[in-house]
Amino acid sequence: MRFAAHVEVRLRPGIADPESATIERALPALGFDDVHELATGRSFRFEVEAESAESARVRAEELAGRLLANPVMEDATVSVSEPVRG
Amino acid sequence: MAPRVGVVVFPGTNCEHDVASALTLVGAEPTFLWHRDRSVGDADAVVVPGGFAHGDYLRAGALARFSPIMDAVSTFAAAGGSVVGICNGFQVLTEAGLLPGALQKNNTLRFMCAPVVVTVASDRSALTGGIPVGTELTLSVNNFDGSYVCDAGVLDALRAEDRVVLRYVDNPNGSIDDIAGICNQGRNVVGLMPHPERASSELIGSADGLVLLRSLLSVAVA
Repeated sequence: MRFAAHVEVRLRPGIADPESATIERALPALGFDDVHELATGRSFRFEVEAESAESARVRAEELAGRLLANPVMEDATVSVSEPVRG
Repeated sequence: MAPRVGVVVFPGTNCEHDVASALTLVGAEPTFLWHRDRSVGDADAVVVPGGFAHGDYLRAGALARFSPIMDAVSTFAAAGGSVVGICNGFQVLTEAGLLPGALQKNNTLRFMCAPVVVTVASDRSALTGGIPVGTELTLSVNNFDGSYVCDAGVLDALRAEDRVVLRYVDNPNGSIDDIAGICNQGRNVVGLMPHPERASSELIGSADGLVLLRSLLSVAVA
């Protein structure tokens, strides 16, 4: 079976994020002065062949930990859906 | 015999000829190592030069560490061989786990191409052996992701073990503890963001990089 996986990678708390800070500084000029704590990140979507959603999650977490995120400065959140095809 | 230095070339590396030229100036015999090679050959030392290995896709250096040559470089380093990563090469070495920490975007959010002054912070590394601590060198940086970051435990270890090799005099990018270069516990693997090869002649503003490259050769063949 194939399971759809979604990995979201964000900078860890405490790691300077000048890109997000710059975006946030631009917001008041657009009238979005009610928006705070903006954070950028990366999103990866892929399909994992696996016997179960749990084993698909384990594989997706391995991939996130070994490649998609650099654990020195990034955290990854992994989610796996129900099978997308048989 | 001239010391042989392997210069690693990934698709997207762009400083290999500058590095080879500067190495020749200090009497070395450079050899290019293609990223698909599985051996560093008879190299006395290995340099991973700057550029944009594999397009810097995903993160700088993230994909380069999967190139076959990196297994050979890791084996060479584990046996005590001198390995120096310059700029993108430093990023590759951190991603490959040969050096701790990571390089993140400059806090200026700018690609920085400028001369910087660094001081030698340790004279015990493959790149700075024999250069007195406190020596100021004018080199140039040329990067977007040049800001060194690591967790508090790693930083404590780097300081306690005298593994910060170079520090910026005037920190240009937000690097933690003004770090411009570090080495591993074995002191034979060094990563630095400034480019010694771009400071290889007074004609181009500085020849201070040759001081580092000479040290690399003398340590490598010692």
